[in-house]
Amino acid sequence: MLKRVHFEPSVLPYLLVAPQIIVTVLFFLWPASQALYQSLLVEDAFGLSSEFVWFQNFEELFEDPHYWGSFQRTFVFSFLVAFLSMSLALILAVMADRVIKGSGIYRTLLIWPYAVAPAAAGALWFFIFDPTVGFIPYALQFIGYEWNHKLNGNEAMALVIFTASWKQIAYNFLFFLAGLQSIPKSLIEAAAIDGAGPTRRFWTIVFPLLSPTTFFLLVINVVYAFFDTFGIIDAVTGGGPANATNILVFKVYNDGFVGLDLGGSAAQSVILMAIVIALTVVQFRFVEKKVAY
Amino acid sequence: MASVTLENLQKTYPNGFKAIHGVDVDIQDGEFLVLVGPSGCGKSTLLRMIAGLETVTEGKLSIGGKMVNDLEPSQRDIAMVFQNYALYPHMTVYNNMAYGLKIMGLSKQEIDERVKNAAKILELTEEQLTRKPRQLSGGQRQRVAMGRAIVRKPSVFLFDEPLSNLDAKLRVQMRIEIKRLQESLGITSVYVTHDQVEAMTLGHRLMVLNGGNVEQLGTPIELYERPASLFVAGFIGSPAMNMISTKMSSDGKSIEIASDISLALENGGAADYAGKKVILGVRPEHLELSQTDNSLPFTVTLVEHLGADTLIHGHFGEDMTDLTVRVSGTHTVKAGDQLPVTITRDHIHLFDPATEKRISL
Repeated sequence: MLKRVHFEPSVLPYLLVAPQIIVTVLFFLWPASQALYQSLLVEDAFGLSSEFVWFQNFEELFEDPHYWGSFQRTFVFSFLVAFLSMSLALILAVMADRVIKGSGIYRTLLIWPYAVAPAAAGALWFFIFDPTVGFIPYALQFIGYEWNHKLNGNEAMALVIFTASWKQIAYNFLFFLAGLQSIPKSLIEAAAIDGAGPTRRFWTIVFPLLSPTTFFLLVINVVYAFFDTFGIIDAVTGGGPANATNILVFKVYNDGFVGLDLGGSAAQSVILMAIVIALTVVQFRFVEKKVAY
Repeated sequence: MASVTLENLQKTYPNGFKAIHGVDVDIQDGEFLVLVGPSGCGKSTLLRMIAGLETVTEGKLSIGGKMVNDLEPSQRDIAMVFQNYALYPHMTVYNNMAYGLKIMGLSKQEIDERVKNAAKILELTEEQLTRKPRQLSGGQRQRVAMGRAIVRKPSVFLFDEPLSNLDAKLRVQMRIEIKRLQESLGITSVYVTHDQVEAMTLGHRLMVLNGGNVEQLGTPIELYERPASLFVAGFIGSPAMNMISTKMSSDGKSIEIASDISLALENGGAADYAGKKVILGVRPEHLELSQTDNSLPFTVTLVEHLGADTLIHGHFGEDMTDLTVRVSGTHTVKAGDQLPVTITRDHIHLFDPATEKRISL
């Protein structure tokens, strides 16, 4: 008797997984290996020859104060984007969870921003905040505030943070809402009988029970802020003024395709790759084990 | 310790559905009242109204003589045990029990004392107090849920089907523990269940609900011996009461069970129903397997051996009226057998087929 299910050798299983493997190799592994290889090369100014220099590109990067500045800005940017978009999304989700009438419309409307392309969202906020024609700077004038993100680096940073957060709120909102709805109602009722008011119930029962969702979103939002905000930066500030919004992912593009320093740009993207790998490991290690209660 | 008084308590949902049609009951201090009925009868809604988790549409609800209609659950001095236990999954057992006490603002020492005391009553070990609810078995979780209620030293305990998630053996054990606990603590309790055995064994009084109406309120024995309606008669007792369509004799002094078999009624019968159709109810345990002048020719179709009892299902008469007989001990009856079955007048119930109410003799 056969101990295991036995199949005749066949090419069919290989054919079935082939598309997946081809796509992965062609669009992920090959470009990634190219980036790794490029990061070890230095090209001459005219792009006619290149020289293998081992880790010289990385050494230069780590000695470059601009690079560390960009690193710092990226951390500030991603922390604030994650914090702002997650806290606003949580507030909206808590409110949406209470709405009974017309909740479908309310939820649908809140999800819309997610469907807007980053560049389009950037253009939208660019116009709203434009120092010359924008509505908000005009309004701010009346309370005596001169808004000009084209000159003021902090304002430029604030603007890209708003834009990036606004786009991400919808996504976070969906997950928080689902998280809230999965908390059994009887737990809230038990806490109410135990004498906890709405605020206390939220912080001692609801928020701790949302922690798996919150941690998951934190990783997702940091990844988003690190890597998916290129379009917004490009459309709103173009990395300026004076590199104030030049975060890592934008610097990769700027140094590589504007500054034509392909080797240095590739080295930067390799570092970003390492960061995303680290975040993914954190995601898998912790989200699935530690935060479960 | 407090009494709970419901006066014409009603609940109508915003969509117009009327869940509770006016309930009046005075629950004595220390009494154990069981709300029982099929699912959707409003028993849980009524309990949640007492808890303050559902608003009262009309009527008056008082706990300890104080009207509490508009008070928050936390201000009603109650504790509730939920069907799914509703333990806080991220807190240890100790913290689950201490949560309400911390909010009350009790001292650490007082909290510790109360929690340890409750743990002792419920036979939870020190080690179990440090665990999370998910590391406990169903029965232990049930105890923690009870512990969380006990530590608050409330005036009223509310139980919402607390045993329905347990297996049969544990359910019997916990039922006894709840009964013992309620008697030793002497706290007024309201208990919701759809299980009539739980209801009969636990309650000092039972309130049978059906479609938001009170069918009957009384002690378990009253409900068993004098069911007020067809619904209560069918709901209380297992296997269910036999219902036989019969006709009252023209003088109203006896009923005609089959073509030539009649049964004289106690106290001269019911003259109002002379010649009318009535429903005769007899519990399976009150039927006798004996040959008398007016015994019925009973054809056995199915026999269930329960060990202590034997349930004999079958039918009699031309219209094959179904009948179940319960006899104690084991019997060697088989399907197809013919047996004489006698209905004695001591344990019969008569109901009006139109109003479905009991006909008193």
